[in-house]
Amino acid sequence: MSNSIAPGLYAIGEPTADSPVLVSANYKMTFDFLRRDLRGHNVWVLALDTKGVNVWCAAGKGTFGTEELVKRIEATKLGQVVSHRKLILPQLGAPGIAAHQVKKSCGFSVSYGPVRSSDLPAFLGNDNHATEEMRQVTFNMLERLVLTPVELVSMWRQILWSILILFVLAGFGPGFFSLSALWSRGVAAVASGLTGVFVGAVLMPLLLPWLPGRSFALKGAILGALVALIGAMGFSEPLSWLNSIALMSGLPAIASWCAMNFTGSATFTSPSGVEKEMRQAIPGQAAALLVAGVCWFWAAF
Amino acid sequence: MTELRYIDDVVTLELDSETCVGCGICQIVCPHRIFAIEGGKATITDKDLCIECGGCAINCPVNAISVESGVGCASAIIHGWLTGEEPSCDCKGSC
Repeated sequence: MSNSIAPGLYAIGEPTADSPVLVSANYKMTFDFLRRDLRGHNVWVLALDTKGVNVWCAAGKGTFGTEELVKRIEATKLGQVVSHRKLILPQLGAPGIAAHQVKKSCGFSVSYGPVRSSDLPAFLGNDNHATEEMRQVTFNMLERLVLTPVELVSMWRQILWSILILFVLAGFGPGFFSLSALWSRGVAAVASGLTGVFVGAVLMPLLLPWLPGRSFALKGAILGALVALIGAMGFSEPLSWLNSIALMSGLPAIASWCAMNFTGSATFTSPSGVEKEMRQAIPGQAAALLVAGVCWFWAAF
Repeated sequence: MTELRYIDDVVTLELDSETCVGCGICQIVCPHRIFAIEGGKATITDKDLCIECGGCAINCPVNAISVESGVGCASAIIHGWLTGEEPSCDCKGSC
């Protein structure tokens, strides 16, 4: 895999037997950030085999874990490379590591460094002490923005199939099948659907703190309804009531679904909360989508 | 930044004060800073901010913390519902 590096012990600068040992994942981007942020420092980096996955996700899965850490320390003969017995782990690796068991298993004591690698120089310069800010996970506008493509990329197959199906269905009407209807009604339906995806997967994450409610599905539905309303009023000739219902229920349903999926990227969502909002939202999303589909199809006749 | 809060009263985090030895590791690892050490014991200051990552529980040397940690990802949860398996994400890289 191109996004991983070989697990093992790496040197940044010219570390000696007394230099700090930082533990990380073998995700290439993580390693590149470490090298960039620690330019000018002399440290060891022990890259665990996380299958090319970042520290936080790998810790959740357990691949960034106690067992792998102990195994990697032995495999690299770290005990012979350094004279001390101290490891600095990223704070977000904690869900995979039992620090007291690492100590028991191989004698190395674990201390947790900052959340972000960019804080490492300050951490190392401050006698390995992290400030409250360094320990706090954030989710600001830029952090939300860079994560929006994750969802779009994972959905592209479903999006393409949906577009194809919508275009085919758009052709059916009073004269059985019409190519001009396929085009005009198909474009309108696909544009509405894609707007829903954009609202839920991009706009909702960006506007997250300012949208009402706690549930992502609800935030997405509200924003979707607002955008659908503006869209309905924006048509040069008024929409038929069937098409209006289709737009007003279909677009929010899709936006709600996409917004709900962003819970996986968010840094302040609990699995229990995600499950709760999904149980509440999915029946509503499905019903709204069904209503939209029936109304839109019926509108052709 | 506006403080982002998620759904209230759902988090499974529990802390057993009797067992707690006040070592403070939970306070160190928590990414949402919800632990405080008072009078030699850990306390939870704002439970609804917990994301159930499980870092505190696994690092607690006396098993005083329990939490049903897991993947907070919608598609993983749906996969779990359909297959009956534990939700797990197979996202590569930056999930």
